Amino acid sequence: MSRIGNSVMLANVSRRHFLRGLAAGSAFVMAARWGLATAADSAEVKYGAAAMPGGWVDNPNVFIRIDADGTVTITNHRAEMGQGIRTSLALVAADELGADWDRVKVEQADANQDKYGNQNTDGSRSMRHWYEPMRRAAAGARLMLEQAAADQWGVPVDEVETRVHEVVHKNSDRSLGFGELAAAARELEVPDRDQLTLKPDSQLRYIGRETGLVNGDLTNRDTRPPAIDGEDVVTGKARFGADVQMDNMLYAVIARPPVLGATIKSVDDSATLGVRGVVKTITLEGTGMPAAFSPLGGVAVVAENTWAAIKGRDALEIEWNMEPAGDNARYTSNDYRQMLEERAESAGKVVRESGDIEKALKEANKTVTATYYMPHMAQAPMEPPVAIVQFNGDTAEAWAPVQHPRATRQGVAGALGLDLEKVTVHQTLLGGGFGRKSKPDFVIEAARLASQFKGRPVRVQWTREDDIHHAYFHAVSVDRLEAALDSDGKATGWLHRTLSPSIGSLFAEDPKHKADFELGMGFNTMPFDIPAIRLENPEAAAHTRIGWFRAVYNLPHAWAIQSFAAEMAEAAGRDHRDYLLELLGEPRKINPSEFKDGWNYGENPEVYPIDIGRMRAVVERATREANWDNKDRGERRGLGLAMHHSFVSYTAIVMDVEVDDAGEVIIHRADIAFDCGRAVNPERVRSQMEGACVMGIGIALQSEVSFRDGKAEQDNFDRYLIPRMENAPREVHVHLVDGGEDAPMGGVGEPGLPPVAPALCNAIYAATGKRIRRLPVADQLG
Amino acid sequence: MINLTINGQEHELDVPGDMPLLWALRDVVKLTGTKFGCGIAQCGACTVHLDGEATRSCVTPVASAEGKAVTTIEAMADDDVGQRVQQAWLELGVAQCGYCQGGQIMTATALLKENSNPDGAEIRDAMNGNLCRCGTYNRIEAAVARAAGMEDKS
Repeated sequence: MSRIGNSVMLANVSRRHFLRGLAAGSAFVMAARWGLATAADSAEVKYGAAAMPGGWVDNPNVFIRIDADGTVTITNHRAEMGQGIRTSLALVAADELGADWDRVKVEQADANQDKYGNQNTDGSRSMRHWYEPMRRAAAGARLMLEQAAADQWGVPVDEVETRVHEVVHKNSDRSLGFGELAAAARELEVPDRDQLTLKPDSQLRYIGRETGLVNGDLTNRDTRPPAIDGEDVVTGKARFGADVQMDNMLYAVIARPPVLGATIKSVDDSATLGVRGVVKTITLEGTGMPAAFSPLGGVAVVAENTWAAIKGRDALEIEWNMEPAGDNARYTSNDYRQMLEERAESAGKVVRESGDIEKALKEANKTVTATYYMPHMAQAPMEPPVAIVQFNGDTAEAWAPVQHPRATRQGVAGALGLDLEKVTVHQTLLGGGFGRKSKPDFVIEAARLASQFKGRPVRVQWTREDDIHHAYFHAVSVDRLEAALDSDGKATGWLHRTLSPSIGSLFAEDPKHKADFELGMGFNTMPFDIPAIRLENPEAAAHTRIGWFRAVYNLPHAWAIQSFAAEMAEAAGRDHRDYLLELLGEPRKINPSEFKDGWNYGENPEVYPIDIGRMRAVVERATREANWDNKDRGERRGLGLAMHHSFVSYTAIVMDVEVDDAGEVIIHRADIAFDCGRAVNPERVRSQMEGACVMGIGIALQSEVSFRDGKAEQDNFDRYLIPRMENAPREVHVHLVDGGEDAPMGGVGEPGLPPVAPALCNAIYAATGKRIRRLPVADQLG
Repeated sequence: MINLTINGQEHELDVPGDMPLLWALRDVVKLTGTKFGCGIAQCGACTVHLDGEATRSCVTPVASAEGKAVTTIEAMADDDVGQRVQQAWLELGVAQCGYCQGGQIMTATALLKENSNPDGAEIRDAMNGNLCRCGTYNRIEAAVARAAGMEDKS
């Protein structure tokens, strides 16, 4: 998930910009590699963590504290939502520091961008942006411990070294524990970065170590550092946003306008006020469009407990004024889909073009055309949005499970008319995020209510119905593809039109076209080596709140492109894997700017080119592990393949799927090949892939939020279906692919998701001959 | 007044009888290991044991729990089977965000108390009512089987 700001900042980035900030030598190498004629100038363009608001921080004193008893406390400033970042970043620091994992604790940082650097946990960025700063912070802390020991012994610092949780004098048998050195080390100046030496890989004890459950086998069980929150989770002690307890707390639920933009015409709260435990009702103004992170408004029922608030809300009589909602009140999914499908038949804004597509299609021996549809979806984290705010007059405190602490702090400050530094936001564990908790609207609701109960904490609890009705929905998408094949079945032309409302509609007047960062999620970065390519983005207006959902626009783009590649292979009479490899072409590294992508997930294109070799490698690995060459799996059973590159990582999946006579889909096995560069905590990388696989199965088979007259038609897990255990693959095998020595670190949380749905639908085709072009599959196989 | 026995302790609660047990546990008794996920018995995050039986506390009026033993995730570390399930969960690194896992463990423990050696189909059938949005199902299934195996060894 990505910030809109990036696309604004990086709009219209030229090739020349890409070469800025490179040393002359490397610029020359890159210029040669990409055939660029001009050398770079030296003006600085920032990438990666440095380009994020607040940037990075590597001061040891910010992140690492050592107590006299030897306890090492590492401050985690990123949101923990199941990706394991509290464990993984602490592992990085502990390893570089030389700490014993059993004596490491993790403390969660409050929202404080000035102190910690960027805390916005989205875009699968935490590890690739923070691996190096955390190692430097830990190396600095280690050097301070070593210096403290050397000072105490009166020896030069190069005579001492750190072993596990102690510093030793190499020339004698003297040693001092971290705890014994802590007080003296704390007084020392933080060393300059150029004084730091990072440990060589051979000395690392935790980073990159393959432990835990590996495709069914428990590996290196005794040496596995346990997950930092594992014990608390299984004993019920883990504190999520929902679990924060405060004395004298009030509990609120809110009746929000059923259609985006609608307002309150009248309210009768007499029955509500008669409900035992209800304290008050409060009318909240909506902020209209664009919705941004602002609350939707509505009527809040404030009570002494959650149940009273829910009952009180049920008893409200509200008449809504649909007039201000305009077109939104006529938004109906079927009509909208048909409209987009019709529009997809005509040309739209061209975003990338090479060769002569008209000629290629005219001269084709065969053309293939298909239109794919992906519906709205709600992130539906298991913990619905929840937040507590206490307003004290000139200060405020919030406790909330948020992905974006900075925006939360700003939102609360704005709602209460306070300066930023007067607001403290305590970050709790997130019971899932998936993009929903990137938007702090629910915390701002709590702030607005808290302003009326000075000194009392007010909790806003979203019910599941609230969560699904009022999600920031994954954009609905129509993708029309047309390909030209020559007499050998080789692809000579590729025309792709993509139509989706833009997340940009949240923040400004509806752009009706996808932003750079949305197109850059697998649409204009489509890697196939085809002589004539045209990519178009016709208009699509937003009629509800559109927001980030894990992997975002990669989902429809991968689903359409990877489904269509299978359809092309079929039309060419070729094996899908062989044909996909042919479409990818020879291993090569492509500057994303050649594909008119100026975003590249915010990363330096020199370090992070689009790497066809890595794409081929994951396809080859997944198919080999799935025994693709022996594809025949019997009646109504078959293999499906898909590959996608996102968040600067590479994923390919093969699904082995059976469809029974009743149309039920049984997934016997999934083989996932994944290359994210160095895997810091392989056990968590594997589990992220397994989880993405399950979520992707839901996207393919079940999950849809449809609209009628502007209202979401689903409101809970009885109708908004997400995968259950019965839907999971019987076996999931994750194969971590070594991207090579210079493979940079990529994202992990999201890139497992996009290829799941097309792999599964391609397998359904192999099993049944039924081509799925509209998601979810639902009863299409019945 | 509602009288409840929760994890072996007596509690007297001044709440209406129709309040779901979930909210009584969370808001009144302040035991927050039992989670709210859907409110309509679709997700299992709120699973507790009522007289040993896995029960969705979000649709269980607190009055109907009177006279029964209410057991929550907070008591599982003191339960032989529950403790084994927790251990298996940790060994296999089941949890991602962890929000649903208390409910998963409550359902798994109830299953193993009834059927000490379930096969894969029995595990999937018993666990199918517990949603996990992180998608940890394969590890849950393996952990339930592992916990059952531990029981065999003891």
